[in-house]
Amino acid sequence: MTNHWNDIKHADLVLIMGGNAAAAHPCGFKYVTEAMEARKAKLVVVDPRFTQSAAVADFYAPIRPGTDIAFLGGVINWMIANDKIHWDYVKAYTNAAYVLREDFEFKDGLFSGYDADKRQYDRATWKYELGKDGFAVLDETLEHPRCVWQMMKKHYARYTPEMVQKICGTPKASFLKVAELIGGTANASKVMTIMYALGWTQHSHGSQNIRTMAIIQLLAGNIGRPGGGVNALRGHTNVQGATDMCPFGADLPGYIKAPFEANPTLASYIEKNTPKALRPNSVNYKSNTSKWIVSLLKAWYGDAATKDNDFAYDWLPKTAGAWDSVAIFERMSQGKMTGMISQGYNPLFFLPNVKKSAAALAKLKFLVVIDPMKTETSEFWRGHGDVYKMDPAQVQTEVFRLPASLFAEDDGTFTNSGRVITWHYAGQQPPGEGKNDREILGILYSRLRELYRAEGGKFPEPILNLTWGYANSTYPTAEELLQEINGKAVTDLVDPKDPKTVLVKAGTRLTGFGQLRDDGSTACGNWIYSGVFPPSGNLSQRTDPSDPSGMGNTLNWGFAWPANRRVLYNRANLDPKTGKPWDPSRPLVSWNGKAWVGNDVVDYPGNVGPEAGGPFIMTEEGVARLFSPDMPDGPLPEHYEPFETPVGTNLLHDKVVSNPSARLYAKDKELFGKPDEYPYAATTYRLPEHYHAWTKNARANAILAPRQYVEVGEDLAKEKGFRNGDKVRVSSPRGHIECVVSVTKRFKALDCDGKKVHTVGIPIHWGFMGVAKPGFMINLLTPVVADAVSQTPEYKAFLVNVEKV
Amino acid sequence: MSIQSVAIVRKSSTTTPPPQARGAVEPVGKLIDVTKCIGCKACTAACFEWNDLREEIGNGVGNYDESVVDLSDQMWSVMRFAEIDTPDGRVEWLMRKDSCLHCADPGCIKACPSPGAIVQYANGIVDFNQANCIGCGYCVAGCPFNIPRISKKDNKAYKCTMCSDRLQVGLEPVCVKTCPSGAITFGTKKEMVAKAEKRVHALQERGFQNAALYDPKGVGGTHVMYVLGHGDQPELYNGLPKDPSISPWVGLWRGVTKPLLSIGLGLGVLTMFFHYVTRGPQDEDAADHADHAHEGEAK
Amino acid sequence: MSTVMKGASFVPRYNAVERSTHWTLALSFVVATISGLALFHPAFWFLSGLLGGGVWSKTLHPWAGLVMFIAFVPMALWYWRDNLIRSYDIAWMKRLPEVLMNTGKDLPQIDKYNAGQKMLFWSIIGSLVVLLVSGFVLWFDTDYKLPVLAVRLSGAAHVAAAFVLFMGMIVHIYSAVFWIRGSMRAMVRGEVKVGWAKHHHPLWYKRVAGKSK
Repeated sequence: MTNHWNDIKHADLVLIMGGNAAAAHPCGFKYVTEAMEARKAKLVVVDPRFTQSAAVADFYAPIRPGTDIAFLGGVINWMIANDKIHWDYVKAYTNAAYVLREDFEFKDGLFSGYDADKRQYDRATWKYELGKDGFAVLDETLEHPRCVWQMMKKHYARYTPEMVQKICGTPKASFLKVAELIGGTANASKVMTIMYALGWTQHSHGSQNIRTMAIIQLLAGNIGRPGGGVNALRGHTNVQGATDMCPFGADLPGYIKAPFEANPTLASYIEKNTPKALRPNSVNYKSNTSKWIVSLLKAWYGDAATKDNDFAYDWLPKTAGAWDSVAIFERMSQGKMTGMISQGYNPLFFLPNVKKSAAALAKLKFLVVIDPMKTETSEFWRGHGDVYKMDPAQVQTEVFRLPASLFAEDDGTFTNSGRVITWHYAGQQPPGEGKNDREILGILYSRLRELYRAEGGKFPEPILNLTWGYANSTYPTAEELLQEINGKAVTDLVDPKDPKTVLVKAGTRLTGFGQLRDDGSTACGNWIYSGVFPPSGNLSQRTDPSDPSGMGNTLNWGFAWPANRRVLYNRANLDPKTGKPWDPSRPLVSWNGKAWVGNDVVDYPGNVGPEAGGPFIMTEEGVARLFSPDMPDGPLPEHYEPFETPVGTNLLHDKVVSNPSARLYAKDKELFGKPDEYPYAATTYRLPEHYHAWTKNARANAILAPRQYVEVGEDLAKEKGFRNGDKVRVSSPRGHIECVVSVTKRFKALDCDGKKVHTVGIPIHWGFMGVAKPGFMINLLTPVVADAVSQTPEYKAFLVNVEKV
Repeated sequence: MSIQSVAIVRKSSTTTPPPQARGAVEPVGKLIDVTKCIGCKACTAACFEWNDLREEIGNGVGNYDESVVDLSDQMWSVMRFAEIDTPDGRVEWLMRKDSCLHCADPGCIKACPSPGAIVQYANGIVDFNQANCIGCGYCVAGCPFNIPRISKKDNKAYKCTMCSDRLQVGLEPVCVKTCPSGAITFGTKKEMVAKAEKRVHALQERGFQNAALYDPKGVGGTHVMYVLGHGDQPELYNGLPKDPSISPWVGLWRGVTKPLLSIGLGLGVLTMFFHYVTRGPQDEDAADHADHAHEGEAK
Repeated sequence: MSTVMKGASFVPRYNAVERSTHWTLALSFVVATISGLALFHPAFWFLSGLLGGGVWSKTLHPWAGLVMFIAFVPMALWYWRDNLIRSYDIAWMKRLPEVLMNTGKDLPQIDKYNAGQKMLFWSIIGSLVVLLVSGFVLWFDTDYKLPVLAVRLSGAAHVAAAFVLFMGMIVHIYSAVFWIRGSMRAMVRGEVKVGWAKHHHPLWYKRVAGKSK
């Protein structure tokens, strides 16, 4: 979230789209109900299904799965056409005035620079026109035909309310009502918040879904304001924490880019990854990249990382190609992988196309599953009744299970959706042979290190030289790790202006990432978390809920990254002409002539007054991007159909139907279905009674939701002759599931340009392990295609057929 | 808040008045605002976890269908879901936590034949004491809301206790504690009624013109109340009765017939007794000597 | 069937099978009454102690009731003809006050059962049927989830029918045991004195005495 949970109570309009906040986050949802009661806020829900959030909303509009960009693009067009724009905000805080290069264009569904073979864009033509001073050219009148404002206006002119109805199936009147409500917050006195989740991210254009909403929030002037922001609802207690540690191929902790083959040296890496300021006064905070990467290397390699060896940069693997889950399993299915360690992860259950995953796992020589429970993945090697078929004779994999601890059996931090890091304590120790995850990894590492020491091996340095100074080398504590993540001074940090003055003594923990240096004098495991464990102690353990301003920024409850800042971009809450908040009843920070004061940590480095650069310090411009030159699959969101589309075409450009940048593997492409055989739009989702594959192991949850089912609307049920409780077979080219059908009013067919589209709802929680009634894994149905940027698979929009069994 | 719950003001199947020497106790109130309920079933789970109950893992159809789960000896609170088509073409999804409403004038106590199997505390909680329960099922028929359930395990009746055990040590009921969206709140009945009135007003402003507090007077009011968006049509919420009261048949069967028929029986026996002591028997031998002058004659 | 021994001063009225059936009925009635009264009114709850407590009372009551019903079936089949109302019964009923006052002389001649007994017979049948049907509903309603109105009506009907039956039994027991001396002999020994028969049931006496010829 750019904002945080408590902040939501300040909203005047809550939009829930691409998510189901009431069902998935009932505790946090209290802030929505508080906004509705105390501020008479309105709640609007746009969703393919009438969810629990819709049940308590003021207004609900239906939408065809996978068409959110068409809807939101329609809102952008409507806001521009009806002058519902927070002009002062847009002019001061966005790149509306920035002029684009002459060679940028968008035509027939493609932006300039597209390589059809690679399915990728060369983004050179998307950059701003630069002046002689090397900075971006602006036209503050917003009249220049190639300024962002005009280009964006032209881009979304196609997204008329009629087009929205045709593509999304949303009745025009409903769309207009939502647009009006949103438009009502495009001013100083009203603020809208958006709460979204997997309904937006699990699409082949997922990142662009969110970009579209970000544009709307900027046009309405709702970023950096209490009750505003773009707020992702994270679904697992610590998925945000896991995300922040960036255990992916493409990033290093703190969202630093991982080094690629194209960066053979530290210098080339730093050069490539340190952007240049695009405006004279912009802070361009990413210019500190060298400090982050060097401090990270010092954290990992300690004394072995010195200036002479480029701080051990050569010991970092250089990524070639993609290493996300889908890519890994593609390699695995081609027999290119030897083994896998699956820790707290159930890929057979979770990845699209179970048959593909199962066949891939069967090609591994070994599989290690570190998990408190037996999972579908650990048991993949043999069949289970009707719901999973596998012949052990076809499996060459040796499977090891290392029973691990559950979250309640562990100390450590949780980072919530609002970036607030809090501590939790172990309630008990894992039973039987179970060990804490850190202990398992500690033992594995210690033995590996011993093996390398004793037997040598190829390139042992990265293993042997890892810092591992824990009190118990086979069981690092969470406190030790959090301190490493926080960072410390390796040598005395001296004042650059006066080398005799020692600012921080060697060995002292840092108080924030502002202290990081790129000369090897600081170590930090994750720069955005720096400050969580300063010399005064473990701030994540603070439980003081006091909120003297009433704004909900409880600065002494845990620690929010970055720097305990609760609302990001909070300087954008000020009218730049007056230096006062847009809405005096909802203040955050302000400049008193000497310092920034208020109820939050100012989102700005140091005590520089408002005359300094824009509030969006992580961009090179210092302002927020309506047009984003850095998004890999397009600078402006464009409606692309899901790869399996029930309407068979894209009404905006029939030659480019789906996301041209989404990666496609040949075999997966062959398994895409067409609406003549698979006529129904399927979408998958979660129930409040269950958490993913976990809770089917818990009797209480199994009692509340015991048996697999799919949901269809009354109209589809009538067409097919289904009655509530009938057994049905849901199929796609990837496989099929069989279960009972639940007939409901909450799904209604949508008229999409004359074509009747039915949606079939598929809750995800069943499998063959656990105490709930055994069910088919729903990823037997899903296609392997993912978001072009994040590689999150398109679980939310694909095609199926449904028949009575 | 500490709530004194031990004072019993009513017991099933008693002929003598209950203890009355102690001062009045503030009745409790649990308010369930269905317009804030999001149907997560945390209340269901909290209840069965606190009370050490576990239902069998069933065979529901969907999760929101009536056929999934009903109240039982192992399930003292369930979520009821209803989907309705509104007159203006929208869908509404109504959700209601279904559990004992702790009536001020409980039909279960009226119906129960076993002394002390059901008690009502001064704070309004109606509690079953299974040690005294004989499993006759009259409470099920007496209840206007179809709440108590007889266990197949031990043939006793079970229902929500409003966590009387927790209240005794100053804790709130576990469903209140757990409800993540704040739909269930607890306090004195006065406080909850006042809170509900504010909420009803806010709902009316939001467009629910018929929003109302459900605190049915026909059973003397209840200690568990609902705020309903469609206060004029409680039956939309899976058959919540509109103007519930103890059925007149129960009033007859377990009410007025008791004194009436007992007096009748008593009078019957007394009549026979007084007939005997005034008229006496017809002796066996007297019959022998009776006038049988017309014996043998055809009629 | 009954036969008359010429010259004896006793007339057979009920054989061993009939008497056993009647007393089975009576004993089960006692158990049903004790348990039923205990369940009916708290003032009678103490009676449940005789049967071992509330749970025992609740458990035994329906079984006792079922035995009662089953025991009465043969009796209904045996005696229904003898219980049909005839014209002499109407005449006898008109003189009921004299009967009650023990002053009845030259009463209309009646058969095996007087009108009062016949009314008792039919009211027993009616009560038992109502008790059986309503009893089954009350017994099994929690198993089969019958509509609650059926249960409530059954409860009210059960109590009403039990009251009717009980009142009938008060009259029956008083009449048979205390008032009309000589009647007990019929059900305990199976026979009645000739004088008793001639006085109380002359037509019946003529019938069965005549058969021996």
